[in-house]
Amino acid sequence: MEKFAEQFLNLEIMAAAWPTVVQGLWVTLLICLVVIPMGMAGGLLAALASLSPRRAVRWPMIAFVDFFRAIPPLVLLIFVYAGLPFAGLDISPFTAVAVAFFLNNSAYYGEIFRAGLLSVGTGQAEAARSTGLTAGQSLAHVVLPQAVRNVLPDLISNTVEVVKLTSLASVVSLGEMLHQADLARSVTYNASPIVLAAGIYLAILWPCVRLISRFERRMAT
Amino acid sequence: MIDPRAARTADPTAPAAAPAAGRPALEIAALHKSFGATTVLSGIDLAVAPSELVFVLGPSGSGKSTMLRCCNRLEEPDSGTILLKGTPVTGAGVNLNQIRQRIGMVFQAFNLYPHLTALKNVTLALRKVRGLSRAEAEARAVEALTQVGLADKAGNHPAALSGGQQQRVAIARALALEPEVMLFDEPTSALDPELVGDVLAVMRDMKSAGMTMLVVSHEMKFAQEAADRVIFMDGGSIVEQGPPERIFGAPEHERTRAFLSRVTGG
Repeated sequence: MEKFAEQFLNLEIMAAAWPTVVQGLWVTLLICLVVIPMGMAGGLLAALASLSPRRAVRWPMIAFVDFFRAIPPLVLLIFVYAGLPFAGLDISPFTAVAVAFFLNNSAYYGEIFRAGLLSVGTGQAEAARSTGLTAGQSLAHVVLPQAVRNVLPDLISNTVEVVKLTSLASVVSLGEMLHQADLARSVTYNASPIVLAAGIYLAILWPCVRLISRFERRMAT
Repeated sequence: MIDPRAARTADPTAPAAAPAAGRPALEIAALHKSFGATTVLSGIDLAVAPSELVFVLGPSGSGKSTMLRCCNRLEEPDSGTILLKGTPVTGAGVNLNQIRQRIGMVFQAFNLYPHLTALKNVTLALRKVRGLSRAEAEARAVEALTQVGLADKAGNHPAALSGGQQQRVAIARALALEPEVMLFDEPTSALDPELVGDVLAVMRDMKSAGMTMLVVSHEMKFAQEAADRVIFMDGGSIVEQGPPERIFGAPEHERTRAFLSRVTGG
């Protein structure tokens, strides 16, 4: 037990690793700040396109969503990072992460938004259009607010997944939190920095998870 | 609930003030509509005079709702023309969003926006379509809610209102845009019997304030006392039309007689 504590819960090593890990935390937050809004925007567009009455719009989008939901995000990230230079596009690790996550997130958020849009009755848009609102205004002011409310727990849940998935960025040597913690581990030969990073993830995500439960309870009643 | 004179002064675009005397408020000609292989409307011709209340009767599937929904093109007609005070509703180059402000619609399921208060249900189009300021839109919304007797419910969400109150808010939402014609698609069919009366009272007030109304409904008593003309539809065409006394008292067509005896149980 003592050995375990020394290997995993070593406060001295955690204190020493703290600045390195926090440096990574900022990168993790920066990645989230970029990929979550981008993924949501892409997902909304994907959802609207996949509900289009035009087959030429709908089918390619359904294929897009299916493909990027099926491909493992790690593989996607490596493809983007190692593959795009062959196409003459030299991109930074951060751009590679942004592109790969945009594709992956758009597919997942897209499915959630699609379910949300389908949950709003057609009468809502009809009422809005009957008063002269444009299709865009009807979507923005009438349909989307209800759609988002109906799938809010799923949206938050997926966002929690995305935050955790940003640790994949370490494979392209982007200094996000887990990458930095692993760096500290390899220097100290001690796993405590990893536990420290895990603790930070937990501190950030646990309130989100509680929030989801609360929304779900509220919606069940 | 509505003082006809008050409503008219509050509404400078009311039908009575329009210079279109003699011209129908709404004109439907040779309207056809099919859903796949099913023909729903096969050549509807109908002219509604300003301030007229036309009541549309018919068995389910006779095409009455579809006809109504073609009037503001929630349903796209296959062919035929529709004119609103001489302005084309159908055809290329029509500014549909502009024309829809002039045609109010009330739905069977109310279709109030559940995430917005009664007031905001009414102000949304005033602000986004008409471009009124918040204060202007709210003032007009309160006026419209007063007309339907619900000014005190302005802050309530639809879920906190009874069905009858929801439908009256929906009427206020349409009225606030000062439409020239109002379409009612079975406005009381989703209501408990004891709540029907309030909605019909509001409709009666609108009628006496000079509103042009096209009403699809099964409220025969309302038709008898408030309608100027009753239309009986079956199989996508107008079978018979006339003043309510004649349609209900002495229907000429066998199909009308059969329908009336079914719904009145007589």
